Amino acid sequence: MVNKPMLGDLMRDHGVSRRGFLKYCATLASAMALPPMMAPRIAHALENAPRPSVIWLSFQECTGCTEAITRSHSPSIEDLIFNAISLDYHHTLQAASGDAAEHAREEAMKEHWGKYVLIVDGSIPLENPEYSCIAGISNLDMLKETAEGAAAIVSVGTCAAFGGIPHADPNPTGAVAVSDIIKDKPIINVPGCPPIPIVMTGVLAHFLTFGLPELDELNRPKAFYGETIHDRCYRRPFYDKGLFAETFDDQGAREGWCLYKLGCKGPTTKSVCATVKWNDHTSFPIEAGHPCLGCTEPDFWDNGGFYKPLSAPAGDYRKLAQAAVGAGAALGVGSAVLNRMGKSKAAANHETVDAHDLEKKS
Amino acid sequence: MTSPLQEVMSYVGTGNADPILREIRFALAKLVETGEPTVIDLGAIPFAAGDERILDKVLGRGELQATLTSMGESRIAETGVAGVWRVDHFDADGEVQSRFIEVTYMPEILRTQKEDAAYALARLDEMLNERAEARAQAQSGVN
Repeated sequence: MVNKPMLGDLMRDHGVSRRGFLKYCATLASAMALPPMMAPRIAHALENAPRPSVIWLSFQECTGCTEAITRSHSPSIEDLIFNAISLDYHHTLQAASGDAAEHAREEAMKEHWGKYVLIVDGSIPLENPEYSCIAGISNLDMLKETAEGAAAIVSVGTCAAFGGIPHADPNPTGAVAVSDIIKDKPIINVPGCPPIPIVMTGVLAHFLTFGLPELDELNRPKAFYGETIHDRCYRRPFYDKGLFAETFDDQGAREGWCLYKLGCKGPTTKSVCATVKWNDHTSFPIEAGHPCLGCTEPDFWDNGGFYKPLSAPAGDYRKLAQAAVGAGAALGVGSAVLNRMGKSKAAANHETVDAHDLEKKS
Repeated sequence: MTSPLQEVMSYVGTGNADPILREIRFALAKLVETGEPTVIDLGAIPFAAGDERILDKVLGRGELQATLTSMGESRIAETGVAGVWRVDHFDADGEVQSRFIEVTYMPEILRTQKEDAAYALARLDEMLNERAEARAQAQSGVN
Protein backbone atom coordinates (compact mmCIF):
# COMPACT_ATOMS: atom_id res chain seq x y z
CA MET A 1 0.00 0.00 0.00
CA VAL A 2 2.81 2.38 0.94
CA ASN A 3 4.45 1.56 -2.38
CA LYS A 4 1.42 2.50 -4.42
CA PRO A 5 2.10 5.51 -6.66
CA MET A 6 0.97 9.01 -5.68
CA LEU A 7 -1.78 10.74 -7.63
CA GLY A 8 0.66 12.79 -9.75
CA ASP A 9 2.34 9.62 -11.03
CA LEU A 10 -1.01 7.92 -11.61
CA MET A 11 -2.16 10.84 -13.76
CA ARG A 12 0.99 10.78 -15.86
CA ASP A 13 0.58 7.02 -16.36
CA HIS A 14 -2.91 7.77 -17.70
CA GLY A 15 -1.52 10.40 -20.06
CA VAL A 16 -3.00 13.31 -18.11
CA SER A 17 -0.80 16.40 -17.97
CA ARG A 18 -0.72 18.66 -14.95
CA ARG A 19 -2.68 21.20 -16.97
CA GLY A 20 -5.39 18.55 -17.33
CA PHE A 21 -5.28 18.03 -13.58
CA LEU A 22 -5.48 21.79 -12.95
CA LYS A 23 -8.51 21.86 -15.19
CA TYR A 24 -10.12 19.10 -13.13
CA CYS A 25 -9.28 20.92 -9.89
CA ALA A 26 -10.84 24.12 -11.28
CA THR A 27 -14.02 22.14 -12.01
CA LEU A 28 -13.84 20.52 -8.57
CA ALA A 29 -13.42 23.93 -6.89
CA SER A 30 -16.44 25.16 -8.83
CA ALA A 31 -18.46 22.10 -7.80
CA MET A 32 -17.39 22.44 -4.15
CA ALA A 33 -18.30 26.15 -4.25
CA LEU A 34 -14.75 27.04 -3.23
CA PRO A 35 -13.16 30.26 -4.49
CA PRO A 36 -11.81 29.49 -8.00
CA MET A 37 -8.40 30.89 -7.02
CA MET A 38 -8.08 27.79 -4.78
CA ALA A 39 -7.71 25.41 -7.76
CA PRO A 40 -3.86 25.36 -7.76
CA ARG A 41 -3.89 24.78 -3.98
CA ILE A 42 -6.31 21.87 -4.35
CA ALA A 43 -4.08 20.39 -7.05
CA HIS A 44 -1.00 20.73 -4.85
CA ALA A 45 -2.73 19.26 -1.79
CA LEU A 46 -4.17 16.30 -3.71
CA GLU A 47 -0.83 15.49 -5.26
CA ASN A 48 0.85 15.43 -1.87
CA ALA A 49 -1.90 14.02 0.36
CA PRO A 50 -1.15 10.74 2.12
CA ARG A 51 -3.32 7.92 0.82
CA PRO A 52 -5.90 7.15 3.50
CA SER A 53 -7.12 3.64 4.11
CA VAL A 54 -10.80 3.33 3.22
CA ILE A 55 -13.18 0.58 4.29
CA TRP A 56 -16.43 0.55 2.32
CA LEU A 57 -19.35 -1.35 3.83
CA SER A 58 -22.45 -2.10 1.75
CA PHE A 59 -25.58 -2.91 3.71
CA GLN A 60 -29.24 -2.80 2.56
CA GLU A 61 -28.66 -1.17 -0.82
CA CYS A 62 -28.92 -1.79 -4.56
CA THR A 63 -25.23 -1.19 -5.39
CA GLY A 64 -26.33 1.83 -7.45
CA CYS A 65 -23.98 4.10 -5.48
CA THR A 66 -20.99 1.90 -6.28
CA GLU A 67 -22.15 1.65 -9.90
CA ALA A 68 -22.35 5.42 -10.16
CA ILE A 69 -18.90 6.06 -8.75
CA THR A 70 -17.21 3.37 -10.83
CA ARG A 71 -19.10 3.91 -14.11
CA SER A 72 -17.93 7.40 -14.97
CA HIS A 73 -16.41 7.48 -18.44
CA SER A 74 -12.77 6.55 -18.41
CA PRO A 75 -10.21 7.84 -18.16
CA SER A 76 -11.89 10.21 -15.77
CA ILE A 77 -10.15 11.96 -12.95
CA GLU A 78 -12.98 10.92 -10.65
CA ASP A 79 -11.53 7.50 -11.23
CA LEU A 80 -8.06 8.73 -10.38
CA ILE A 81 -9.21 10.40 -7.17
CA PHE A 82 -10.79 7.10 -6.29
CA ASN A 83 -7.36 5.57 -6.90
CA ALA A 84 -5.80 8.13 -4.57
CA ILE A 85 -7.35 6.32 -1.65
CA SER A 86 -6.39 2.87 -0.53
CA LEU A 87 -9.63 0.93 -0.79
CA ASP A 88 -8.90 -1.93 1.59
CA TYR A 89 -12.36 -3.49 1.73
CA HIS A 90 -15.32 -3.25 -0.64
CA HIS A 91 -17.14 -6.52 -1.08
CA THR A 92 -18.43 -5.72 -4.58
CA LEU A 93 -15.07 -4.63 -5.95
CA GLN A 94 -12.53 -6.74 -4.08
CA ALA A 95 -11.20 -9.97 -5.51
CA ALA A 96 -11.12 -11.76 -2.17
CA SER A 97 -14.23 -13.46 -0.86
CA GLY A 98 -15.44 -15.27 2.25
CA ASP A 99 -13.03 -15.42 5.18
CA ALA A 100 -10.20 -13.82 3.17
CA ALA A 101 -12.38 -10.75 2.52
CA GLU A 102 -13.31 -10.35 6.17
CA HIS A 103 -9.68 -10.88 7.06
CA ALA A 104 -8.76 -7.94 4.77
CA ARG A 105 -11.19 -5.73 6.68
CA GLU A 106 -9.81 -6.79 10.05
CA GLU A 107 -6.24 -6.27 8.87
CA ALA A 108 -6.99 -2.77 7.55
CA MET A 109 -8.76 -1.90 10.79
CA LYS A 110 -5.85 -3.10 12.91
CA GLU A 111 -3.18 -1.41 10.81
CA HIS A 112 -4.95 1.96 10.55
CA TRP A 113 -6.92 2.00 13.82
CA GLY A 114 -8.25 5.48 14.49
CA LYS A 115 -7.18 6.74 11.04
CA TYR A 116 -9.19 4.97 8.37
CA VAL A 117 -12.23 6.42 6.61
CA LEU A 118 -15.38 4.32 6.74
CA ILE A 119 -17.72 4.66 3.78
CA VAL A 120 -21.16 3.10 4.18
CA ASP A 121 -23.82 2.66 1.54
CA GLY A 122 -27.14 1.09 2.44
CA SER A 123 -29.33 1.21 5.53
CA ILE A 124 -29.12 -1.04 8.56
CA PRO A 125 -32.04 -3.22 9.73
CA LEU A 126 -32.26 -2.34 13.40
CA GLU A 127 -35.49 -4.14 14.31
CA ASN A 128 -34.43 -7.38 12.66
CA PRO A 129 -30.62 -7.34 12.36
CA GLU A 130 -30.62 -10.88 10.96
CA TYR A 131 -32.37 -9.66 7.79
CA SER A 132 -29.05 -8.50 6.38
CA CYS A 133 -25.79 -10.27 7.18
CA ILE A 134 -22.38 -10.47 5.53
CA ALA A 135 -20.27 -13.55 6.25
CA GLY A 136 -22.62 -14.36 9.11
CA ILE A 137 -22.09 -10.97 10.74
CA SER A 138 -25.15 -8.74 10.98
CA ASN A 139 -24.91 -5.28 9.39
CA LEU A 140 -25.51 -3.79 12.83
CA ASP A 141 -22.56 -5.61 14.41
CA MET A 142 -20.27 -4.96 11.44
CA LEU A 143 -21.08 -1.24 11.48
CA LYS A 144 -20.53 -0.88 15.22
CA GLU A 145 -17.29 -2.84 15.10
CA THR A 146 -15.85 -1.02 12.07
CA ALA A 147 -17.02 2.46 13.13
CA GLU A 148 -15.15 2.17 16.41
CA GLY A 149 -11.73 2.64 14.84
CA ALA A 150 -12.76 5.05 12.07
CA ALA A 151 -11.53 8.64 11.88
CA ALA A 152 -14.72 9.65 10.09
CA ILE A 153 -17.72 8.04 8.42
CA VAL A 154 -19.09 8.97 5.02
CA SER A 155 -22.68 7.80 4.52
CA VAL A 156 -22.96 7.50 0.76
CA GLY A 157 -26.44 7.46 -0.75
CA THR A 158 -29.83 8.21 0.77
CA CYS A 159 -30.11 4.73 2.34
CA ALA A 160 -27.02 5.17 4.54
CA ALA A 161 -27.72 8.87 5.13
CA PHE A 162 -31.45 8.76 5.92
CA GLY A 163 -32.63 5.15 5.60
CA GLY A 164 -33.69 5.61 1.98
CA ILE A 165 -35.96 3.17 0.20
CA PRO A 166 -35.52 0.32 2.74
CA HIS A 167 -36.77 2.81 5.34
CA ALA A 168 -39.85 3.68 3.22
CA ASP A 169 -43.21 2.94 4.71
CA PRO A 170 -43.96 0.27 5.99
CA ASN A 171 -40.23 -0.34 6.53
CA PRO A 172 -40.41 -4.15 6.93
CA THR A 173 -36.83 -4.57 8.18
CA GLY A 174 -36.83 -1.63 10.59
CA ALA A 175 -34.15 0.04 8.46
CA VAL A 176 -32.35 3.07 9.89
CA ALA A 177 -29.54 5.43 8.85
CA VAL A 178 -25.93 5.15 10.03
CA SER A 179 -26.39 8.27 12.16
CA ASP A 180 -29.24 6.56 14.05
CA ILE A 181 -26.74 4.01 15.36
CA ILE A 182 -23.34 5.71 15.52
CA LYS A 183 -23.32 8.82 17.70
CA ASP A 184 -19.68 9.39 18.61
CA LYS A 185 -17.97 9.83 15.20
CA PRO A 186 -18.04 12.62 12.63
CA ILE A 187 -20.53 11.54 9.96
CA ILE A 188 -20.72 13.15 6.53
CA ASN A 189 -24.01 12.42 4.77
CA VAL A 190 -23.78 12.31 0.97
CA PRO A 191 -27.38 11.52 0.01
CA GLY A 192 -28.75 10.93 -3.47
CA CYS A 193 -30.18 7.89 -5.18
CA PRO A 194 -27.39 7.60 -6.20
CA PRO A 195 -25.28 10.69 -5.44
CA ILE A 196 -23.58 12.35 -8.41
CA PRO A 197 -20.12 10.74 -8.85
CA ILE A 198 -18.23 14.04 -8.63
CA VAL A 199 -20.06 14.79 -5.38
CA MET A 200 -18.77 11.54 -3.88
CA THR A 201 -15.22 12.12 -5.15
CA GLY A 202 -15.47 15.82 -4.26
CA VAL A 203 -16.22 14.94 -0.64
CA LEU A 204 -13.27 12.52 -0.62
CA ALA A 205 -11.05 15.16 -2.25
CA HIS A 206 -12.15 17.70 0.33
CA PHE A 207 -11.40 15.27 3.14
CA LEU A 208 -7.93 14.58 1.68
CA THR A 209 -7.07 18.25 1.18
CA PHE A 210 -8.81 20.25 3.88
CA GLY A 211 -10.28 17.67 6.30
CA LEU A 212 -13.96 17.55 7.17
CA PRO A 213 -16.12 19.80 4.99
CA GLU A 214 -18.64 22.26 6.41
CA LEU A 215 -21.96 20.47 6.97
CA ASP A 216 -25.59 21.56 7.04
CA GLU A 217 -28.21 20.62 9.65
CA LEU A 218 -28.63 17.17 8.00
CA ASN A 219 -24.83 16.64 8.04
CA ARG A 220 -24.59 17.14 4.28
CA PRO A 221 -21.57 19.06 2.88
CA LYS A 222 -22.83 22.60 2.31
CA ALA A 223 -20.77 22.86 -0.87
CA PHE A 224 -22.94 20.28 -2.61
CA TYR A 225 -26.18 20.61 -0.68
CA GLY A 226 -26.26 24.34 -0.04
CA GLU A 227 -28.79 25.33 -2.69
CA THR A 228 -32.00 23.82 -3.95
CA ILE A 229 -32.27 22.43 -7.47
CA HIS A 230 -34.96 25.05 -8.06
CA ASP A 231 -32.51 27.87 -7.23
CA ARG A 232 -30.24 26.83 -10.09
CA CYS A 233 -32.69 25.24 -12.50
CA TYR A 234 -32.47 26.41 -16.12
CA ARG A 235 -36.32 26.30 -16.17
CA ARG A 236 -36.46 28.77 -13.27
CA PRO A 237 -37.16 31.80 -15.55
CA PHE A 238 -40.40 30.02 -16.60
CA TYR A 239 -41.38 29.51 -12.95
CA ASP A 240 -40.76 33.20 -12.31
CA LYS A 241 -42.98 34.07 -15.26
CA GLY A 242 -45.69 31.64 -14.12
CA LEU A 243 -45.32 29.37 -17.17
CA PHE A 244 -45.96 25.73 -16.19
CA ALA A 245 -46.34 22.41 -17.97
CA GLU A 246 -49.74 21.06 -16.85
CA THR A 247 -49.35 17.55 -18.28
CA PHE A 248 -46.47 15.61 -19.79
CA ASP A 249 -47.60 16.18 -23.37
CA ASP A 250 -49.04 19.68 -23.47
CA GLN A 251 -47.61 22.74 -25.16
CA GLY A 252 -45.87 23.79 -21.93
CA ALA A 253 -44.06 20.45 -21.67
CA ARG A 254 -42.92 20.77 -25.27
CA GLU A 255 -41.75 24.35 -24.70
CA GLY A 256 -39.72 23.25 -21.70
CA TRP A 257 -41.68 25.19 -19.09
CA CYS A 258 -41.44 24.69 -15.34
CA LEU A 259 -42.47 21.23 -14.02
CA TYR A 260 -43.65 22.49 -10.63
CA LYS A 261 -47.29 21.54 -11.24
CA LEU A 262 -46.25 18.04 -12.32
CA GLY A 263 -44.85 17.44 -8.84
CA CYS A 264 -41.29 18.71 -9.19
CA LYS A 265 -39.55 18.61 -5.78
CA GLY A 266 -36.77 20.95 -6.97
CA PRO A 267 -37.85 23.77 -4.63
CA THR A 268 -37.36 21.64 -1.51
CA THR A 269 -34.46 19.47 -2.70
CA LYS A 270 -30.87 20.42 -2.08
CA SER A 271 -28.46 19.05 -4.66
CA VAL A 272 -26.18 20.22 -7.47
CA CYS A 273 -28.03 18.24 -10.18
CA ALA A 274 -28.92 21.42 -12.10
CA THR A 275 -25.34 22.65 -12.34
CA VAL A 276 -23.09 19.58 -12.21
CA LYS A 277 -25.61 17.34 -13.99
CA TRP A 278 -25.44 13.60 -14.63
CA ASN A 279 -23.71 11.13 -16.96
CA ASP A 280 -20.62 13.22 -17.43
CA HIS A 281 -22.46 16.52 -17.37
CA THR A 282 -24.95 15.49 -20.06
CA SER A 283 -28.31 16.23 -18.48
CA PHE A 284 -30.41 15.89 -15.34
CA PRO A 285 -33.99 14.70 -14.75
CA ILE A 286 -35.65 18.10 -15.23
CA GLU A 287 -33.70 18.66 -18.44
CA ALA A 288 -34.98 15.27 -19.62
CA GLY A 289 -38.53 16.50 -18.95
CA HIS A 290 -39.24 14.78 -15.64
CA PRO A 291 -39.87 16.45 -12.29
CA CYS A 292 -37.26 16.08 -9.56
CA LEU A 293 -38.18 13.28 -7.10
CA GLY A 294 -36.24 14.88 -4.26
CA CYS A 295 -33.91 11.89 -3.72
CA THR A 296 -31.37 13.78 -1.59
CA GLU A 297 -33.95 14.55 1.08
CA PRO A 298 -35.04 12.33 4.00
CA ASP A 299 -38.12 10.17 3.32
CA PHE A 300 -38.29 11.20 -0.33
CA TRP A 301 -40.09 7.95 -1.12
CA ASP A 302 -42.94 8.82 1.25
CA ASN A 303 -43.15 12.53 0.58
CA GLY A 304 -46.64 12.78 -0.82
CA GLY A 305 -46.33 11.24 -4.27
CA PHE A 306 -43.87 12.02 -7.04
CA TYR A 307 -46.47 13.71 -9.25
CA LYS A 308 -48.26 15.76 -6.60
CA PRO A 309 -47.37 19.44 -6.71
CA LEU A 310 -45.61 20.65 -3.56
CA SER A 311 -48.18 23.31 -2.74
CA ALA A 312 -51.25 21.15 -3.26
CA PRO A 313 -53.22 21.25 0.01
CA ALA A 314 -53.02 18.18 2.22
CA GLY A 315 -56.83 17.96 2.31
CA ASP A 316 -56.83 16.94 -1.33
CA TYR A 317 -54.49 14.07 -0.61
CA ARG A 318 -56.79 12.78 2.08
CA LYS A 319 -59.81 12.85 -0.17
CA LEU A 320 -57.88 11.25 -2.98
CA ALA A 321 -56.63 8.52 -0.67
CA GLN A 322 -60.07 7.72 0.66
CA ALA A 323 -61.50 7.69 -2.84
CA ALA A 324 -58.69 5.45 -3.97
CA VAL A 325 -59.18 3.01 -1.11
CA GLY A 326 -62.94 3.01 -1.64
CA ALA A 327 -62.79 2.53 -5.36
CA GLY A 328 -59.77 0.26 -5.25
CA ALA A 329 -58.18 2.56 -7.80
CA ALA A 330 -54.43 2.84 -8.14
CA LEU A 331 -53.36 6.27 -6.97
CA GLY A 332 -50.19 7.66 -5.42
CA VAL A 333 -51.02 8.90 -1.94
CA GLY A 334 -49.19 10.98 0.62
CA SER A 335 -47.16 9.50 3.42
CA ALA A 336 -48.86 11.83 5.88
CA VAL A 337 -51.97 9.76 5.30
CA LEU A 338 -50.19 6.42 5.19
CA ASN A 339 -48.31 7.11 8.43
CA ARG A 340 -51.52 7.79 10.25
CA MET A 341 -53.07 4.58 9.00
CA GLY A 342 -50.36 2.48 10.62
CA LYS A 343 -47.98 0.02 9.10
CA SER A 344 -50.11 -3.07 8.65
CA LYS A 345 -52.96 -1.15 7.11
CA ALA A 346 -50.57 0.71 4.84
CA ALA A 347 -49.05 -2.52 3.68
CA ALA A 348 -52.50 -3.94 2.97
CA ASN A 349 -53.51 -0.84 1.04
CA HIS A 350 -50.17 -0.39 -0.67
CA GLU A 351 -50.83 1.83 -3.62
CA THR A 352 -48.80 2.60 -6.67
CA VAL A 353 -48.68 5.32 -9.29
CA ASP A 354 -49.61 4.26 -12.77
CA ALA A 355 -49.91 5.84 -16.19
CA HIS A 356 -53.30 7.35 -15.36
CA ASP A 357 -51.73 9.42 -12.62
CA LEU A 358 -49.09 10.62 -15.02
CA GLU A 359 -51.86 11.83 -17.29
CA LYS A 360 -53.71 13.57 -14.49
CA LYS A 361 -54.82 17.18 -14.82
CA SER A 362 -53.75 19.30 -11.85
CA MET B 1 -28.10 23.92 -36.18
CA THR B 2 -30.27 25.65 -33.65
CA SER B 3 -33.98 24.98 -33.49
CA PRO B 4 -36.44 27.90 -33.21
CA LEU B 5 -36.94 26.87 -29.55
CA GLN B 6 -33.21 26.99 -28.84
CA GLU B 7 -33.09 30.37 -30.57
CA VAL B 8 -35.79 31.69 -28.23
CA MET B 9 -34.11 30.10 -25.18
CA SER B 10 -30.85 31.84 -26.05
CA TYR B 11 -32.52 35.14 -25.15
CA VAL B 12 -33.84 33.97 -21.76
CA GLY B 13 -31.79 35.62 -19.05
CA THR B 14 -31.71 35.83 -15.26
CA GLY B 15 -30.67 39.45 -14.99
CA ASN B 16 -27.24 38.43 -13.69
CA ALA B 17 -25.17 39.61 -16.68
CA ASP B 18 -24.94 43.25 -15.58
CA PRO B 19 -23.81 42.53 -12.01
CA ILE B 20 -21.13 40.21 -13.43
CA LEU B 21 -19.99 42.93 -15.83
CA ARG B 22 -19.68 45.34 -12.88
CA GLU B 23 -17.66 42.72 -10.99
CA ILE B 24 -15.38 42.32 -14.02
CA ARG B 25 -14.91 46.09 -14.18
CA PHE B 26 -13.94 46.17 -10.49
CA ALA B 27 -11.52 43.23 -10.96
CA LEU B 28 -9.90 44.86 -14.00
CA ALA B 29 -9.32 48.08 -12.05
CA LYS B 30 -7.69 45.99 -9.29
CA LEU B 31 -5.48 44.24 -11.85
CA VAL B 32 -4.32 47.54 -13.34
CA GLU B 33 -3.69 49.13 -9.93
CA THR B 34 -2.18 46.25 -7.97
CA GLY B 35 -1.48 43.46 -10.47
CA GLU B 36 -3.70 41.11 -8.45
CA PRO B 37 -5.69 38.68 -10.64
CA THR B 38 -9.32 37.61 -10.06
CA VAL B 39 -11.15 34.47 -11.13
CA ILE B 40 -14.95 34.56 -11.42
CA ASP B 41 -16.77 31.23 -11.51
CA LEU B 42 -19.65 31.53 -13.97
CA GLY B 43 -21.05 28.28 -12.53
CA ALA B 44 -21.41 29.89 -9.10
CA ILE B 45 -24.40 32.07 -10.00
CA PRO B 46 -27.55 31.41 -12.01
CA PHE B 47 -26.53 32.24 -15.55
CA ALA B 48 -28.68 31.49 -18.59
CA ALA B 49 -28.05 31.64 -22.32
CA GLY B 50 -29.48 35.16 -22.49
CA ASP B 51 -26.97 36.35 -19.88
CA GLU B 52 -24.18 34.70 -21.86
CA ARG B 53 -25.35 36.60 -24.92
CA ILE B 54 -25.09 39.97 -23.12
CA LEU B 55 -21.66 39.07 -21.72
CA ASP B 56 -20.36 38.14 -25.18
CA LYS B 57 -21.81 41.28 -26.71
CA VAL B 58 -20.20 43.64 -24.20
CA LEU B 59 -16.83 41.88 -23.86
CA GLY B 60 -16.50 40.97 -27.54
CA ARG B 61 -13.79 38.89 -29.15
CA GLY B 62 -10.14 39.62 -28.48
CA GLU B 63 -6.97 38.97 -30.42
CA LEU B 64 -5.90 35.71 -28.80
CA GLN B 65 -7.55 32.29 -28.69
CA ALA B 66 -5.92 29.09 -27.45
CA THR B 67 -7.15 25.50 -27.26
CA LEU B 68 -5.86 23.16 -24.59
CA THR B 69 -6.33 19.47 -25.34
CA SER B 70 -6.12 17.55 -22.08
CA MET B 71 -9.03 15.57 -20.63
CA GLY B 72 -11.20 17.06 -23.37
CA GLU B 73 -10.79 20.54 -24.76
CA SER B 74 -10.48 23.83 -22.93
CA ARG B 75 -10.89 27.12 -24.72
CA ILE B 76 -8.87 30.01 -23.39
CA ALA B 77 -9.57 33.31 -25.12
CA GLU B 78 -8.86 36.92 -24.34
CA THR B 79 -12.00 38.98 -24.77
CA GLY B 80 -12.11 42.31 -26.58
CA VAL B 81 -11.46 43.87 -23.17
CA ALA B 82 -7.72 43.27 -22.69
CA GLY B 83 -6.92 41.50 -19.43
CA VAL B 84 -10.34 39.82 -19.31
CA TRP B 85 -10.19 36.16 -20.39
CA ARG B 86 -12.75 33.43 -20.88
CA VAL B 87 -11.59 30.00 -19.70
CA ASP B 88 -14.11 27.30 -20.62
CA HIS B 89 -13.44 23.65 -19.81
CA PHE B 90 -15.12 20.84 -21.74
CA ASP B 91 -14.94 17.08 -21.21
CA ALA B 92 -14.03 14.49 -23.83
CA ASP B 93 -17.63 14.51 -25.13
CA GLY B 94 -17.64 18.27 -25.58
CA GLU B 95 -19.91 18.92 -22.59
CA VAL B 96 -19.20 21.96 -20.43
CA GLN B 97 -17.38 21.12 -17.19
CA SER B 98 -16.78 24.60 -15.81
CA ARG B 99 -16.61 28.19 -17.06
CA PHE B 100 -14.58 31.04 -15.70
CA ILE B 101 -13.81 34.68 -16.33
CA GLU B 102 -10.17 35.30 -15.45
CA VAL B 103 -9.08 38.88 -15.03
CA THR B 104 -5.33 38.52 -15.33
CA TYR B 105 -2.33 39.24 -17.56
CA MET B 106 -1.89 35.50 -18.15
CA PRO B 107 -4.25 32.65 -17.19
CA GLU B 108 -2.40 30.12 -15.05
CA ILE B 109 -3.46 27.19 -17.22
CA LEU B 110 -1.65 28.64 -20.27
CA ARG B 111 1.71 28.41 -18.52
CA THR B 112 3.76 25.26 -18.80
CA GLN B 113 3.44 23.52 -15.44
CA LYS B 114 6.70 22.86 -13.58
CA GLU B 115 5.77 19.18 -13.05
CA ASP B 116 5.15 18.69 -16.77
CA ALA B 117 8.48 20.39 -17.60
CA ALA B 118 10.33 18.16 -15.11
CA TYR B 119 8.70 15.05 -16.60
CA ALA B 120 9.48 16.31 -20.12
CA LEU B 121 13.12 16.82 -19.15
CA ALA B 122 13.36 13.19 -18.04
CA ARG B 123 11.65 12.04 -21.25
CA LEU B 124 13.96 14.16 -23.40
CA ASP B 125 17.02 12.75 -21.61
CA GLU B 126 15.73 9.24 -22.27
CA MET B 127 15.29 9.98 -25.97
CA LEU B 128 18.73 11.56 -26.24
CA ASN B 129 20.28 8.56 -24.47
CA GLU B 130 18.52 6.19 -26.85
CA ARG B 131 19.87 8.16 -29.81
CA ALA B 132 23.38 8.15 -28.33
CA GLU B 133 23.16 4.40 -27.75
CA ALA B 134 21.89 3.79 -31.26
CA ARG B 135 24.72 5.88 -32.64
CA ALA B 136 27.28 4.01 -30.53
CA GLN B 137 25.88 0.68 -31.72
CA ALA B 138 25.97 1.79 -35.35
CA GLN B 139 29.57 2.91 -34.94
CA SER B 140 30.64 -0.32 -33.28
CA GLY B 141 28.97 -2.14 -36.19
CA VAL B 142 31.07 -0.14 -38.66
CA ASN B 143 34.26 -0.87 -36.74
